[in-house]
Amino acid sequence: MAKKIVDGRGSFCPGPLMEMIAVLKSSQIGDELEVLSTDKGSANEIPEWVNKVGHEYVSTVEKDGVWHITMRKKK
Amino acid sequence: MKKILIVGGGMGGTILANNLARRLSNELKTGKASITMLSASDKHMYQPGLLYLAVGRITPDELYRDQASLLEPGIQFHVDPVEEFKLDNNQVKSKSGKNYEYDIMAIATGSRMFPEGIPGMVEGAETFYTEETALKMCKSLQSFEGGKVVITVGVPHKCPMAPLEITFMLHDYFKDRGMADKVQLHYTYPIGRVHSLENVAKWAAPEMDKLGIKYDTFFNIKEVDAKNKLLKSEEGVEIKYDLLVTIPTHKGMEVIEKNGLGQGGWIPTNRTKLNMEGRDNVFILGDTTNIPISKAGSTAHFEADTLGENIAAMVKMGMPVREYDGKVFCFIEAGKDRATYAMFNYQNPPDPKAPTKAVHWFKMAYNKLYWISARGLL
Repeated sequence: MAKKIVDGRGSFCPGPLMEMIAVLKSSQIGDELEVLSTDKGSANEIPEWVNKVGHEYVSTVEKDGVWHITMRKKK
Repeated sequence: MKKILIVGGGMGGTILANNLARRLSNELKTGKASITMLSASDKHMYQPGLLYLAVGRITPDELYRDQASLLEPGIQFHVDPVEEFKLDNNQVKSKSGKNYEYDIMAIATGSRMFPEGIPGMVEGAETFYTEETALKMCKSLQSFEGGKVVITVGVPHKCPMAPLEITFMLHDYFKDRGMADKVQLHYTYPIGRVHSLENVAKWAAPEMDKLGIKYDTFFNIKEVDAKNKLLKSEEGVEIKYDLLVTIPTHKGMEVIEKNGLGQGGWIPTNRTKLNMEGRDNVFILGDTTNIPISKAGSTAHFEADTLGENIAAMVKMGMPVREYDGKVFCFIEAGKDRATYAMFNYQNPPDPKAPTKAVHWFKMAYNKLYWISARGLL
């Protein structure tokens, strides 16, 4: 199982969530993705999307204005 | 002599080549620099025009110019696509078997549509991202007699405004044909709002409500059952359709993946310097980068402006002089005769205003002015 960093800092469009979805498509089940975002909205919308679609939300940590949101691909 | 090699003759590569040719006109004349462009085609396509072709408002011939006619004198242009990148030797090998050396290289090979990544998509959906598919969609729309038209969006996709634009344009298209009461438009989007840009979504959702366009969010395409005209999502939602229009997923070019330059065909790129990670003399622009911003013509345009200044400065002064700030400017067609726009960079989100006829007509003018843009003059 791989751990991948999705660097969405400074991305308004397509945005960190869309970047994460794109990377998720080329990932294996069990892979862990850590999304970096400078948009605090990501802290809500990424876990919401992950839970809605049926993957596993792991954690959110904010450090120096960057949100680190971790999820795991489940299907 | 400083040899500059530009790989790719799309919008980014062409603007960059012309920008450099003007900045380095003396160096080109005196043999201190050379600019070579390698492209896969002798034609240059205005890709945003495909949106209009799909609804019958542009003809195919309006989309093209001869690539050579767009380039400044002094640029050595060859229709000879690169097949092998030998970065350690500052060399590429082309399809013809010729080796081209460079001191500075810019890669702008673009991206390719990948609808086959979704089962049933090629058979079941209309799209407009190539001349062939846009023409097919135009014919399908003309023969459509009514029913549910579903617009669905793959990830990642090129031109983030296109899903909204085609939806609003289809609304007006059917209204003009007197079919408004026979057609139900149904828009789907992969995340929890109708567009990735929050301020654009805040504008677009009420517009859809006003026009009677239905929408589903959290809709990630899983497959298309073309036989039964059924669109299925990863979230378990199924939507019946009479006509399906898709914004297809896309990938970087195969040659990038084959040469191991970047997964998915996207090359790891420094977001402000635009150099390939780990290489000081290789620059990336347009769809080819892995920078998390819009894959759109305007992105390539503004990146090319930055690189034009920087590469010219490297030749003249031995160093780059400015950074790319993430600038993107996208028109947003809000129907057949209204439009707005979104302008943003790494630091500042867009704040789209209410659509106006003036912005729409400016977009119509830009469809012609593009050829001045490609020459690096606008």
